Amino acid sequence: MALASPVVLNQLAASGVALLLSLAALAILMVRGPRTSQLIYGACALVCAALAAVGLCALFASGAAIGVVELPVGLPLGRTLLGLDPLSAAFAAIINIAAAIVSGYAVGYGTHASEPRRVVPFYPAFIAGMNLVLLAQDAFSFLVGWEVMSLASWALVVSDHQSAENRRAGLIYLVMATAGALTLLFAFGLLAGHGEGYAFSEMRRAANSGVGAVVLLLALIGAGSKAGLVPLHAWLPLAHPAAPSHVSALMSGVMTKVAVYGFIRIVFDLAGPPAWWWSIPVLVVAALTAFLGVLYALMEHDLKRLLAYHTVENIGIIFIGLGLALAFRANGLGAAAALALIAGIFHVLNHSLFKSLLFLGSGAVLNATGERDMEHLGGLIHRMPVTAVAFLGGCIAISALPPFNGFVSEWLTFQAILLSPQLPQWISRLLVPAVGATLACSAALAATCFVKAFGMTFLGRPRTSAAGGARETDRWSRSAMLIFAALCLLAGVVPGVVMDALAPVSKLLLGTQLAPQSTQPWLRIVPIAPARSAYNGLLVFAMIVTAAATTALIVRRFASHALRRSAAWDCGFPDASTATQYTAGSFAQPIRRVFGSVVFRARERVEMPKPGDTGMAKAQVEIHDTLWEAFYAPVIRIVEAITERLNRVQFLTIRNYLTLVFAALVLLLIVVGTGR
Amino acid sequence: MIRDWPTQLAQAVLVLGVAPLLSGVTRKVKARFLRRRGPSVFQPYRDLLKLIRKETVVAENASWLYRLAPYLIFATTWVAAALVPTFATGLAFGAAADLIVIVALLGTARFLLALAGLDVGTSFGGIGSSREMMFATLAEPAMLMVMFTLSLFAGSTELSSISAYMVAAGAVLSISLALALVALIIVAIGENARIPVDNPATHLELTMVHEAMILEYSGRHLAVIEAAAFVKLLLYLSMIACVFVPWGTASAGAGAVSYTVGLVAYLVKLGVLAFLLVLFETAIAKMRVFRVPDFLGVALMLGLLGTILLFVSRVSR
Repeated sequence: MALASPVVLNQLAASGVALLLSLAALAILMVRGPRTSQLIYGACALVCAALAAVGLCALFASGAAIGVVELPVGLPLGRTLLGLDPLSAAFAAIINIAAAIVSGYAVGYGTHASEPRRVVPFYPAFIAGMNLVLLAQDAFSFLVGWEVMSLASWALVVSDHQSAENRRAGLIYLVMATAGALTLLFAFGLLAGHGEGYAFSEMRRAANSGVGAVVLLLALIGAGSKAGLVPLHAWLPLAHPAAPSHVSALMSGVMTKVAVYGFIRIVFDLAGPPAWWWSIPVLVVAALTAFLGVLYALMEHDLKRLLAYHTVENIGIIFIGLGLALAFRANGLGAAAALALIAGIFHVLNHSLFKSLLFLGSGAVLNATGERDMEHLGGLIHRMPVTAVAFLGGCIAISALPPFNGFVSEWLTFQAILLSPQLPQWISRLLVPAVGATLACSAALAATCFVKAFGMTFLGRPRTSAAGGARETDRWSRSAMLIFAALCLLAGVVPGVVMDALAPVSKLLLGTQLAPQSTQPWLRIVPIAPARSAYNGLLVFAMIVTAAATTALIVRRFASHALRRSAAWDCGFPDASTATQYTAGSFAQPIRRVFGSVVFRARERVEMPKPGDTGMAKAQVEIHDTLWEAFYAPVIRIVEAITERLNRVQFLTIRNYLTLVFAALVLLLIVVGTGR
Repeated sequence: MIRDWPTQLAQAVLVLGVAPLLSGVTRKVKARFLRRRGPSVFQPYRDLLKLIRKETVVAENASWLYRLAPYLIFATTWVAAALVPTFATGLAFGAAADLIVIVALLGTARFLLALAGLDVGTSFGGIGSSREMMFATLAEPAMLMVMFTLSLFAGSTELSSISAYMVAAGAVLSISLALALVALIIVAIGENARIPVDNPATHLELTMVHEAMILEYSGRHLAVIEAAAFVKLLLYLSMIACVFVPWGTASAGAGAVSYTVGLVAYLVKLGVLAFLLVLFETAIAKMRVFRVPDFLGVALMLGLLGTILLFVSRVSR
């Protein structure tokens, strides 16, 4: 049992991070072409798999003290403390499972990079940064890891620096990441209080609820901007798609989860007992995020950007769970809080699986056709059958449809919502049903969005010759996608295992946990009581398979077997042109009319030529990014105005400069003098 | 658990057997309202038999998804229908899947049907899929709001327990329940492609929604999809019956006599509900497609209102 002792596990995890960092250094020296990048990616996959195993061990072995490891290196002001408690162990397991499979995909996919030296060295550093955030048991290591993660991912976003669009995405990302890190720095500063120290254990001791409200706000901005909460999401749909697809998968599927971890760590663990109203801003922002994220995704025709907007939606769903957990916890409703928290973290796992899968699928499509625009794709189910199967699995999972995993976490969230009449505050009682309706609406919109994504990309007839000549992707990529799809199904069919594995997290944060699910008969899950609600994914899956097989057998036995291939019927007017198919734009048109006319101020204009005129008719659609216009455009205008003014300082005479320096010196002396 | 298996199995077979008859009855009643004689109530069975004996024509570029989808659509709809108590509560699978699962299973069926509509790459398939999904974005949350209201009443999301609670409570008069009933009826009309949302009998191109998605299907595939549509209508009527008119439904393991009474009561309820549905359908004209969101939006708002009233007015269990 020496291996399972917490200290050994923490040492293993820390050496895993060190190994990843040395892989990054090695990549700088070594990577010249496809073979060497394959080696680095392969090594990353192995290290991540090992880290995932360490995370799982730490999660199951929890109960004892966490056995923090102190590193001899550190910043002047703080110590470097590393360790896995159940919360960080759970997240370490989740992100490293996804990262390991994505790295396996990259073994095949990464060989297509035109400039591997711009990608490969930053890739292990990115994963190392994320792991460091999870391992950190003090604010300094946390922030160092956070910055490594941000900067490495920024370098990956601008790896294709030739395109102006990517450079803009990189700039916006950098600005938002800096602002986010700064707010987190303030949050930790407040938590540390007066000279108590920056280790998490010391912050927990110092927890004074006076600063809690400000800390919540700062965490919501700092971690929320990284996770993609509306209206701080603006960088996400620009930056995530700009990176190479395996990195997009990591950024969307994994890095946003590290941000969620940061929020949970600060708000649930360090900030002390919550006040009842803390849940209100979280729930409002979360519901808005879920709803607007999916609406933005529906308006999008670029496959990768659609997926990125969907990440925004899913982050909203996760934060709905977290907000409910805060509300229940503040009112002392332990079991309900545990249910809501587990629902949220379960969705973290689910999203890391299916969003990584979908980004990998979009990478395979991009590689095969050179296209991200769905209006130029179509019919890929014939050319890329394996990718299509895996992608379909991901689409069903993300649309929250049984028997896949996305459904289970939404089901748990709904169960938590149904417990909220227990809340004593009337404002929560009014808000929570509305949040529930928003959640239900976003789930249905997500299904629409993924009918569009799968239908336009993989079904129908190829809209361009690039789509018509696509070839199936390589063996590594195919297996990685199939593994993700299988995990999505598995987590949906045996959710009880996942819930039990997450139980130590709620024990740590809330002091209570749900009843163990492994004692339930037939692998069903019962969050509160069997008479209240239960779900059995395995049985539902078995029933669907049995019913489908029975039907197929009966039809096979009694029906005519004759089958003829012929031209499509299409009401008697089949048109050979592929342009007559429904497009992504036309598919989303009803949604644009129903929801978009308010949210996006969408306007449609059709100009018909005069009777007898043989000119073309024109249909124009105008959509506004209302959030950008409301929140970002004014800020940019103000910054531009200020810089315009300050620009003059650049062209002063030497006399004026000396005056300025002198004034600054006097000012500083006054400040120091009054400070004494 | 083991004791409930025969009930569950009987129920699964019953919904399958009765579903075409229910559609036959609605068609017959509708014909009589329109002063036609109408085909026999058993015509849907004959239609299904005719279809599975015919040659199946598949478009050249149809994929495996197109050929697999009908069976999965039928299977998910059938499983959902088997989870709704018909003549007796206490189903073996009731403990495995609650009302949310039933709604989500129907969502899976719709998802696959919409994909099948897009598979061949024709404009009609696309128009059907796009509109069906747009309706669903309002109908599904409305349905979940109805579910919220019911489960807050009964303290359970399981349909069996809700039904049992309604029987035990006797005639409950409540604004929330009334709102939920209206919302559920609107959703049922929308989801089953009935007038005023869609017309199951139309083949006029620009008004089709459900029919447009399945336009390319023929032979045995079409038979299976039609059967799924029959089962879905039965499902919604059974759901209304078991929650809002639960009287006569046998409780778990109540014995042969109660079961027979339950069965007769169930068939009578179905007949009455089918009659009312047709009466409503005949009295109203079909809506423009972009009026439908308003219609379904009413259901969503009523459902939400019902839920909020419950949230605010009572201490939950």
